[in-house]
Amino acid sequence: MSREHKPTLAVWKFASCDGCQLSLLDCEDELLAVAGELEIASFPEASRAVVKGPYDLSLVEGSITTPHDAERIRHIRRVSQYLVTIGACATAGGIQALRNFQHVEEFISVVYATPQYIKTLSTSTPISAHVPVDFELHGCPINKQQLVEVISAYLNRRKPAISPHSVCMECKLRGTVCVMVAQGIPCLGPVTHAGCGAICPAYNRGCYGCFGPKETPNTISLSRRWQQLAVSKQDLLHTYRTFNAYAEPFRQESEAHEL
Amino acid sequence: MNTKTIKVDYLARVEGEGAFSIKIRNNTVTEAHLNIFEPPRFFEAFLRGRKYSEAPDITARICGICPVAYQMSATHAIEQAFGTHVEGPLRLLRRLIYCGEWIESHALHVYMLHAPDFLGYPDAIHMAQDYPDIVKRGLQMKKVGNALMAFLGGREIHPVNVRVGGFYSTPTKQAFGPLREQLKWGREAALETVRWVAQFSFPDFVRDYEFVALRHPQEYPLNEGRLVSNKGLDIAVSEYEKHFIEEHMPYSNALHSRLKERGAYFAGPLARYNLNFDRLSPLAQEAARTAGLGPTCHNPFQSIIVRSVEILYAFDEALRLIEQYEQPDLPFVEVHPVASNGCACTEAPRGILYHRYILDDQGLIREAKIIPPTSQNQKTIENDLRHYVEQHIDLPKEQLTWQCEQAIRNYDPCISCATHFLTLQIDQA
Repeated sequence: MSREHKPTLAVWKFASCDGCQLSLLDCEDELLAVAGELEIASFPEASRAVVKGPYDLSLVEGSITTPHDAERIRHIRRVSQYLVTIGACATAGGIQALRNFQHVEEFISVVYATPQYIKTLSTSTPISAHVPVDFELHGCPINKQQLVEVISAYLNRRKPAISPHSVCMECKLRGTVCVMVAQGIPCLGPVTHAGCGAICPAYNRGCYGCFGPKETPNTISLSRRWQQLAVSKQDLLHTYRTFNAYAEPFRQESEAHEL
Repeated sequence: MNTKTIKVDYLARVEGEGAFSIKIRNNTVTEAHLNIFEPPRFFEAFLRGRKYSEAPDITARICGICPVAYQMSATHAIEQAFGTHVEGPLRLLRRLIYCGEWIESHALHVYMLHAPDFLGYPDAIHMAQDYPDIVKRGLQMKKVGNALMAFLGGREIHPVNVRVGGFYSTPTKQAFGPLREQLKWGREAALETVRWVAQFSFPDFVRDYEFVALRHPQEYPLNEGRLVSNKGLDIAVSEYEKHFIEEHMPYSNALHSRLKERGAYFAGPLARYNLNFDRLSPLAQEAARTAGLGPTCHNPFQSIIVRSVEILYAFDEALRLIEQYEQPDLPFVEVHPVASNGCACTEAPRGILYHRYILDDQGLIREAKIIPPTSQNQKTIENDLRHYVEQHIDLPKEQLTWQCEQAIRNYDPCISCATHFLTLQIDQA
């Protein structure tokens, strides 16, 4: 495909572990090809060269946790033609959104000896709570093949082929016997967004929901089943309150199990 | 009075968000700050009240580059608290998955983050236009490290198969077949990597550091050992907090760690190498000697050679471990929670990573303390900047700024870990 100008790519980071942007560098077989199709204009983790915006495609990792970052994301939206959030932090607030259920002042004093030096918001919120987002890619971490799909869909001006179904479908596709039915292992697969390839059940453990809620999840029914498997209310609360704790269906379900 | 500032507001090719600023007055550095503005994420706080079994998956999320390090320090600390002993093939598999992480993380740093500084490119993608085969080799080595992690852990970033007591499932010996061939290729590629980086030119920069690393009676350290230094430290990990202290600096969101008695110290590949050269495999020792290194190395710019030697070691060790492996009957050892406290230190790719937990009789975490390698190296990085700038004060500012960035990248700083890291400001006033 010949183009007069290669589209420009920018990668942005907010509060996160860097794992999702690392996924791009982990595309060992595709990285140089991607660099051939897109001009990597701003990607500080990989390059000290920065090309001034605006940018055609922005990938945003991380959640908004400081007043400065709440401003920065608005600027990034203004200079980005198509904005994709990558990972659980950017799409749902991440593990650090556990602060949304607590008092943040107390959190700061637990981790940092001199609390007056820290500027932080009392919540960790997803990018979509601050600016319009064109596409959200789920996962903690994202799946790198899905990231390549989102980039190639953008380059070819089509919708990304990312399935919205549950992890259960991926177990069936993979030929994994259901760990909950066959072994009574509590599993979040029925309510969790597909994308990981149903790894946990293949390694003989229940899904722990790191891709967040699927479309229309029936968490009430699943929780009832878990309780039949002798899972306590506290464990159910914690199960929904991990990497996607602030995603609406998981937040609501966790609150139903507050003691 | 002649004053100037060297600063970089957003340090590139490091993991996370940091900056530096250096203030110079009359050719003397008056201030060298590494500013970590990565927002804090409060892991220690929200671990309280969570179950011990969640610690490996939750703490892995501190860092996408070295999740296995967090999983290993967490599991070992909790097992120490509960009196759980993990031996034989399960211990072997933990060492093996850690080798995968060292390969992935070190190959990323050597080829994509650090080598471009030595060859004068802004990044590896530009470098690939002139050195396509070399960059492809680096990417393939990284891919093999990732493949090892994904094979044992389910995926390379935030693996799912590690648990307190061992693993959720273990592989058959036969299943290692294809991976073993990739690791053999990787071992050859790592030998070539050591030869390649040994040809770079290195600034003449040697300081009298205190290196701190684990030391094990037989092995090059990964998961176990005593904490030792070249200045007389020799303690059990349980004595860590008696000898080290963390301080909060107003300009940084990462705590600075120092030795109570002697101040700044140096953790990571260079420290491990200086304190454990005799524990490297014969192949790795031979490659280091051929590259011109002795059993000790005090030039942080040469850490790229040491990191490459460690990649070679990790491939060599992985192959040795696979040769020895026999699948165990059970994938994990039963864990029995008791009210207790426990700690552990393991060797993350960037250096020692300390975890301590206080647990109750239900296995709930009452208190957690996590000290990542980059917090421990911050003071030494700032001291390096101070000395380096004073020695090279006459260089043009742009060149000096780049070399300061390179001096920071010597440590492969991981800012996400440390804030729980980095912008460079050099302030010449």
